Amino acid sequence: MFVAWRDLTFAKGRFALMGTVIVLITLLVGLLSGLTAGLGRQNISAITGLPADKIAFQDPAGGQDLSYANSTVTQKQWQQWSKAPGIESAEPLGITTTRATAGDNRTAVSAFGVQAGSRLAPESSKIDDQSVVLSTAAADDLGVNTGDSLTLAGQQLKVAAVRGDAYFSHTPVIWTSLDVWQQSAPPTGGDDGQTATVIALNTTSKADVAATDQQAGTQTVSTDDSLSAIGSYTSENGSLQLMRGFLFAISALVIGAFFTVWTIQRSGDVAVLKALGASTATLLKDALGQAVVLLAGGTLTGTGIAVGLGALVAGSAVPFVLTPGTVLIPAAVMIALGALGAALSIRRITSVDPLTALGSAR
Amino acid sequence: MSLELNDITLVYPDGDTRLTALDSVNLEVPQGSLTAVVGPSGSGKSSLLAVAATLITPDVGTVTIDGTSTTGLSRGELTELRRHKIGIVFQQPNLLPSLTAAEQLQVMAQIDGRRPRTARNRAMELLAVVGLADQAGRRPHQLSGGQRQRINIARALMNDPTVLLVDEPTSALDHERGAAVIDLIHQVTHQQATATVLVTHDRTHLTAVDQIAEVHDGRLTLSTATH
Repeated sequence: MFVAWRDLTFAKGRFALMGTVIVLITLLVGLLSGLTAGLGRQNISAITGLPADKIAFQDPAGGQDLSYANSTVTQKQWQQWSKAPGIESAEPLGITTTRATAGDNRTAVSAFGVQAGSRLAPESSKIDDQSVVLSTAAADDLGVNTGDSLTLAGQQLKVAAVRGDAYFSHTPVIWTSLDVWQQSAPPTGGDDGQTATVIALNTTSKADVAATDQQAGTQTVSTDDSLSAIGSYTSENGSLQLMRGFLFAISALVIGAFFTVWTIQRSGDVAVLKALGASTATLLKDALGQAVVLLAGGTLTGTGIAVGLGALVAGSAVPFVLTPGTVLIPAAVMIALGALGAALSIRRITSVDPLTALGSAR
Repeated sequence: MSLELNDITLVYPDGDTRLTALDSVNLEVPQGSLTAVVGPSGSGKSSLLAVAATLITPDVGTVTIDGTSTTGLSRGELTELRRHKIGIVFQQPNLLPSLTAAEQLQVMAQIDGRRPRTARNRAMELLAVVGLADQAGRRPHQLSGGQRQRINIARALMNDPTVLLVDEPTSALDHERGAAVIDLIHQVTHQQATATVLVTHDRTHLTAVDQIAEVHDGRLTLSTATH
């Protein structure tokens, strides 16, 4: 790093320009990562927060994809699952998006219907056909607290408790009884008994999921895999991840382009050092070290600014999540991809002929 | 003998034909002596220097540096030999723009894997030898052409080479500064006991050398200098 450090301080303008580009790209990646995680959480936190390892859907007809919007399971099906070997619990969960009002406040919510005493909902012992449990965001949007009243799809209900920050498909969750949910949800046209949207399962290694699926006419996936059945999450998350991926690729290309030009500019110096006895490995190490220093400095600065801005907006209406995962992982990927771009550029050091240092053309 | 070229032949492709740059060249340069290589442009002087510097492998013949034959050595081994045994003074100073005068010398220790800071004393010593101790903190653009060439010489001596190869060091200098540089090369050759090969087109410098090698069309003729 002897020459590399001195180059960094000597060619300040060039490296400052490149450093600024890295800072800006990192800032953009950091903000996008926080936003992606925030939007994602508003889509899926009610599902990822369920105490269940698998979700059973109605087996879709004609090879269609699984969908929380299109699935309806019957009482018979969740009873079949309950009796199947290796199943610790099989609880119906009804999901629908509807409107709730309290006084002058109206908001779109996701009604999550559960059985009395279900482990799926917080404070479920307080849920019955007259009482519901609200997530904090739902209570805030409606301006209600424990003991207040609200109307959910025309049904007058009492707030039994306010607990958790569950969201589903960008709407805050209201936990209701299965009967209240059924009256809020559009008619399914199913059998006369109780229905729900999916069955939340807790399984052991002894469970034969495929056999029970076949017997019950369901299709079961892990809770994480079930997230792709939330239409808005799949399309939104896919678009944001694509943008993030492009930003990573662009940063690697920009850094690669900069170090390509830089290496060409200093190929005369490289020839001299080779003629004087510097090994190619030493020169590559020096150049890569320089790239990593520039990348680390730019990325850390950009990440620091992203964290600062994220902290400012995190408490506001902007869905922004600030965690080590949304801050450090993009920074590490930026450094790794940037170093790869730089490494591909500086490999041309290997082809510099030391003989050119003897010429008089320099 | 510190530098021996035995029966060196070097042939370049030249369009459809082949050009013989060096033709059965033999040269021995003892330690502490200065050999001038003279000849017209294109006669093979630079090729001879490049072969002696192990930058080109001859088609025929052997190069021996301080008792080590370069025949069969890998590229890495040649680089190491160059680093430890050969000092090169380039025609243009070829100084690195981001380094100060002292750092131009310290970088030689760095490429040898030594801590540059420990080489600081040696660098200052050599800058004093070339009369530039007071310019140690200056960068190339703050120095004159003559000063840059002196640093070029000091850098070549930094790793205590046994062979010093000097390529037209006065071509960009006026006569007075050129003469001073030749005097310096003569001085360091004897002080540092290097086997020095000086490629030059200026015959006025030949009074300072111990042996003269005339190159014409790739062939070399030796004569002893008369002082």
